[in-house]
Order: sequence, then C-alpha cells, then structure tokens
Amino acid sequence: MSKQSNIVIRIVKGFFMFWWDFLVGDTPELFVAALVIIGAVFLVSERHHLNTTAIWLLPLLAVAALGTSVYRAQRGIRKK
Amino acid sequence: MLAVTVNSGAVVLVGAVFLACAVEMVEALTIVVAVGHTRGWRSAFEGVAVALLALVALVAAFGPALVHVPLTTLRLVVGGVLLIFGMQWLRKAILRSSGLKAKHDEDEIYRETVAELEAAPKSAGRDYVGFMMSFKGVFLEGLEVVVAVLTLGTSAHRLGLAALTAAVAIVLVIIVGVIVAKQLSSVPENAMKMTVGVMLVSYGTFWTGEGLKVRWPGNDTMLLGLVALYLVVSWCFVALLKNSSVTNEVAA
Repeated sequence: MSKQSNIVIRIVKGFFMFWWDFLVGDTPELFVAALVIIGAVFLVSERHHLNTTAIWLLPLLAVAALGTSVYRAQRGIRKK
Repeated sequence: MLAVTVNSGAVVLVGAVFLACAVEMVEALTIVVAVGHTRGWRSAFEGVAVALLALVALVAAFGPALVHVPLTTLRLVVGGVLLIFGMQWLRKAILRSSGLKAKHDEDEIYRETVAELEAAPKSAGRDYVGFMMSFKGVFLEGLEVVVAVLTLGTSAHRLGLAALTAAVAIVLVIIVGVIVAKQLSSVPENAMKMTVGVMLVSYGTFWTGEGLKVRWPGNDTMLLGLVALYLVVSWCFVALLKNSSVTNEVAA
C-alpha cells in the first residue's frame, strides 16, 4: 500500500474515531436515548400530528435519559 | 414581543458559545503554559499556531457547506448532536457537583503535564515533544469549540454572532490566563460546565423539536423555559445524589 493511501486511511479513521468518541464515548446509553427520543417525537409529531404531546414528551424523555445515565454512573462508582 | 423573541434566542446562543469556548480554552491554556514553562515557549507557540491553522481550515471547509443544508434537516441533526453532547456535559457536571466524581483540577493537570514533559528526552533543534503536546491540546479542545460554534451558529442563522462570541471568549481567556498565569484552578469550571450543559441540552431539545416540526409555544422564548426546566432538574439530581451519599454513609 502506498504512503499516500496510508495517510488517507489514517485521516478517515481519525475522523470516524473523533465522531465515535464525541457522540458515543463512555456514555452509549445517551446516544441510544437520543435516537429513541427522535424516533418517539417523530411518531407523535409528524405521524399523528399531536403537537401538544410532543412539546412535553421531548424534554420529559431527555430528563429520563439523563436521570438513567446519572443513576447508572452512581451505581458503577459505588460498586468500585 | 418581537424584541423579546429575538433576544431570548440570542442570549442563550451567546451564553452557550461563550461559556463552552471559555471552558475549553482554559483547558487548552493549561497545557500550553505547561509546555512553555518546561520545553520552551517557541515549541509551545508553534504548536498553537499550527493547531489554529488546522482549525481555521476545518471551519473554512465545513462552514460554507453547512449553510447549504436544508434548515429543517440541519436543525434535526444539530439538535440530536447537541442533545447528546449537552447530556454528556450535564451528567459529568452533576456527578462532580454531588461529589461522586473528582472535580476537574487545572493545578493537577498542570503538574501531570509538566511531569510528563520533563520525563521526555530533549532533542537537538526543534522540540517535537513540546510542539505535539501543545498542538494536540489546542487542536482537540479547539475542535469542540468549532463544533459548538458551527452547529449553534448555523442552526440559529447567527454564525457571525457565534463566531464573534467565541473570539471574544478566547481573547478574554488568554488575557486572564496571562494575568493569573498559574491560578487557572480558581476558575469555577464545574459551575460553567453545568451552565453550558443546561444550555446545550436546551438548544438540543428546541432544535430537535423544530427539525421534527414541533411548534413550540412562544417560539424562541421557549428556550428560556427549557433552560429553567433543565436547571431545576440538574439541581434536583445533585441534591438527590448528595442525599443518597449521606444516607449510605450513615448506614455504613
């Protein structure tokens, strides 16, 4: 493999590693939660046109995700 | 009413960008000062200059491209990214405030960086160890600033305001850093991170909703309501964790 293609592979790998660390990192549950939130609000808002439900559902799910992640971290720290 | 709507969006944007940039720059400055004191200021400044050039190139490459993405799609993607990013910041700040995680100590980081740099052998001519350490510190912390400025700025259609706020924050941190030099630990970093986390989650929630065609009551003014909600929730989480720590200690 040429030196140039090696550099390209390293740059592409570095790019994806950055986004992986940035979005997933050590809190994969928050990444999954964000996808679930988007999916749920899409169903409520775009499919069923329930705007009022979407207004309270979005922050409620975000608070639930944050609470779950904090609780998981607390349990992990206590076990150590 | 219009003035209130315009101002509430701009205030949250300026606050979020300013605090995010200030926090990241304090971390970068700690590394640069450590490199300067141990390996010499030439390699430290060269690392800073090359990292800044790389960051400017990234902004020049991705900034104009983002402007051409349809606004609804952009807001959904940016909203999702900010939601994750904000929840990560907020989670860390809550754990630190409740005492479950050690606070970010700039003095400790400074000492560790200095020890690492002093252990590395010095080469004749250009000092690559100092250069790389300085480059990595500024580039990696700067990358988060770039992401914050580009995503927040383009989605709010206020890229100029976001960039100006970031520039002011960076200049202010450098001035304060030069004046206080080794007292970066006195910066209330965790409180700033908590505030940034709240603002990022608020923006993330707002734009995810906009991207999914949710019609928020009061439009941009809703951002202030979301900031208030997440502040109260974060405060409750910290209080609950502190309380459960005390209960566990008593039980033990």
